[in-house]
Amino acid sequence: MTAPLNLLWLQSGGCGGCTLSLLNAEQPDLFQRLEDAGIRLLWHPSLSRESGDEALAILRACAEGRERVDLLCIEGSIMTGPHGSGRYHLLSGTGRPMMDWVRELTARARHTLAIGSCAAFGGITALGDAGAVGLQFSGDQPGGLLGGAYRSGSGLPVINVAGCPTHPGWVLDTLLALALDRFSAADLDLLQRPRLYADHLVHHGCPRNEFYEFKASAEKPSDQGCMMENLGCKGTQAHADCNTRLWNGAGSCLRGGYPCISCTEPGFEHPGHPFAETPKVAGIPIGLPTDMPKAWFVALAALSKSATPRRVRENAVADHIVVTPAVKKTGLK
Amino acid sequence: MTERLLGPFNRVEGDLEVRLEIADGQIQSAQVVSPLYRGFETMLPGRAPLDALVIVPRICGICSVSQSAAAVTALRQLTGLTPPDNGRLAECLITAGENVADHLTHFYLFFMPDLARPAYAARPWHGRMAERFEAVKGQGAAEFLAARAAFMHLQGLMAGKWPHTLTLQPGGSARPLHQAECLQLTALLRSFRRFLEQRVYGGPLEAFAALAAPEELNDWRRRHPGDLSLFLEAAEDLDLARLGRCDADYLSFGVYEAPEGRLFPAGVWSGGRLAPLAPERISEDLSHAWMRSETLPDADKPGAYTWCKAPRYGGQVMQTGALARQLVAGQPLLHRLVAEQGGGVLARVLARHIEVARLLPEMEAWAARLIPGQPWCAPTPEWPRQGAGVGLTEAARGSLGHWLEVEEGRIRRYQIIAPTTWNFSPRDEAGVPGALEQALTGLPVAADDPMPVNVQHVVRSFDPCMVCTVH
Repeated sequence: MTAPLNLLWLQSGGCGGCTLSLLNAEQPDLFQRLEDAGIRLLWHPSLSRESGDEALAILRACAEGRERVDLLCIEGSIMTGPHGSGRYHLLSGTGRPMMDWVRELTARARHTLAIGSCAAFGGITALGDAGAVGLQFSGDQPGGLLGGAYRSGSGLPVINVAGCPTHPGWVLDTLLALALDRFSAADLDLLQRPRLYADHLVHHGCPRNEFYEFKASAEKPSDQGCMMENLGCKGTQAHADCNTRLWNGAGSCLRGGYPCISCTEPGFEHPGHPFAETPKVAGIPIGLPTDMPKAWFVALAALSKSATPRRVRENAVADHIVVTPAVKKTGLK
Repeated sequence: MTERLLGPFNRVEGDLEVRLEIADGQIQSAQVVSPLYRGFETMLPGRAPLDALVIVPRICGICSVSQSAAAVTALRQLTGLTPPDNGRLAECLITAGENVADHLTHFYLFFMPDLARPAYAARPWHGRMAERFEAVKGQGAAEFLAARAAFMHLQGLMAGKWPHTLTLQPGGSARPLHQAECLQLTALLRSFRRFLEQRVYGGPLEAFAALAAPEELNDWRRRHPGDLSLFLEAAEDLDLARLGRCDADYLSFGVYEAPEGRLFPAGVWSGGRLAPLAPERISEDLSHAWMRSETLPDADKPGAYTWCKAPRYGGQVMQTGALARQLVAGQPLLHRLVAEQGGGVLARVLARHIEVARLLPEMEAWAARLIPGQPWCAPTPEWPRQGAGVGLTEAARGSLGHWLEVEEGRIRRYQIIAPTTWNFSPRDEAGVPGALEQALTGLPVAADDPMPVNVQHVVRSFDPCMVCTVH
């Protein structure tokens, strides 16, 4: 049995929601999952016993190379303001900017993971003017705190487990793959997100798919129809497996009655339109499904709209099934 | 006089530092420091009002639904919308789901591991405590995480996911449930009741919630072994009832707007008497915060020591949370405890358990009243171009308020006062310390103890959420 991998977790300019989401891991629970992956929790701000000086002793040992950091997880954006000083977040008990702690620790880490869209790209926190940046990106621009050239001890760049929040499975699958040495640069997409979830689109597995096929659209919250045309849904563009992996048992944003806001994408916080409204030109949504040629989309949409069955059309704007599917014999005659 | 800096103060939500001045073996004064500034109040102006529903939940990953509910309430005032019964019931269930989970997350993961510390190795209960509650390794945490994850299926079912849902809308809920889903909801609530009754309380929830006197609570502890009784045993041994008392008045904004009315009322509990809530008496003092206006930061401000503003009610310090909520709601056991021993660590922790025991049966009743096929969300009329709304609600850890102003169809001003902003407030202009600062003053601490465990009990007993505090 090899020595367990040490995992150090730190939080900065975020809401803590990625940690709380991680606690939703199930079958088995979070602590068992880590143990089963051969991962030892060196310190986590929400979970570990050590507080104050005991915690600082661990952080100093890591920063000085006396304790091995195999997996460094940073949650929340890095606060570089005001004026590049990092004083918007001084790590408590140290009087020292978290920004500096992160620089020092990332230089020691074998693998560095940005947990959530704040740590990856700046995220919601970057809406403010507090100088919030991601570890290796500011929005979709490489750079961030560490610069585009940063590589952790393993030779990998920062692994961006983006999402707002992240899914516990995205984090735990990535950690397990790293622990098993089954993760290389080829497992990252162009935005350095693990392809194990980022090669999918939120659209895949959407239960509103029949409404999408016929462009039978929801018009208001609680309608059952497709939310792309009117309610701002970006599920056909956003990279993530939300509707096949599912959240909290059987959920996803679309299943919860609200649009995908593409929270795994850099700059999702700046959509350029109200989140729950679809911007259109001449009645056609500006943001078309990924990889779909516009002319074909327009042609197919027009055709499918005119072919929409009454059941689909009426159910799309109702909050329950008002027309049930016809009962028919499905055997071959 | 020696000074001590405690941080990073973990197992709270977010980053926290506590500065102490110690003399004669006692804390002479305390300063509570919120060290992270993100600037949410600067993010909202200029945006469409509904965008608040995306942004404000992301203030906080643990009170996310409560932030959403506060914004929805403010938007509801702006639009004049009234949700249908299904919408109100769904909002009660989603909000209570978060609050119940938060109370128990606090108990199992944040608060109890301190009682399992080696410092208590000589106490008769320590072996059992360590087995259940040692941080990361305890059997109690493992059982709780599994039960919590299953209970959170309520959020998957009713709110898409947790945290950060957009299901709650000014008109009600965007997530209608079908018959099969209502049944799944009922089933998961029953399953969670089993965990609570077998592991946490060791007896029926209704019987625990009905306890009215300290003697009855002692009797419960002896007859009903469980994680709560283990806490009560340690609490008696360590006299946690008298630890960390705070004399500030208690504030509740009220919560759970069921169709027939509000479950937990709004009010102020002051000197053993209940007064109605007068929201216009709320103000924010910036004297010791690194802020030069209500939204703009100033990291160099002289005399400031935290990013947290100091909210006051009629100029007075307030404490808020489950204890305040239950005192305002007239819970008899807590009335007696606070009258006889003051509001300390025991009362704060116990109040959460009383609340969970009251809430789960309510949730079962709310779920039974959902009617598939009836409306869930009132359609939004034309959005008003001008107007204002106030959203007052209760997160698990206390009173949460949003103040919204809209001009020319866009948000002009958005102010937030979160629960821990009250509890972990700094001094105000008159030099009066906030609730935690008061509760820490006078605590005995050993001169050579770098992280006194009694200080940790007091701080964590408030269930602080630091990311909400400053936002």
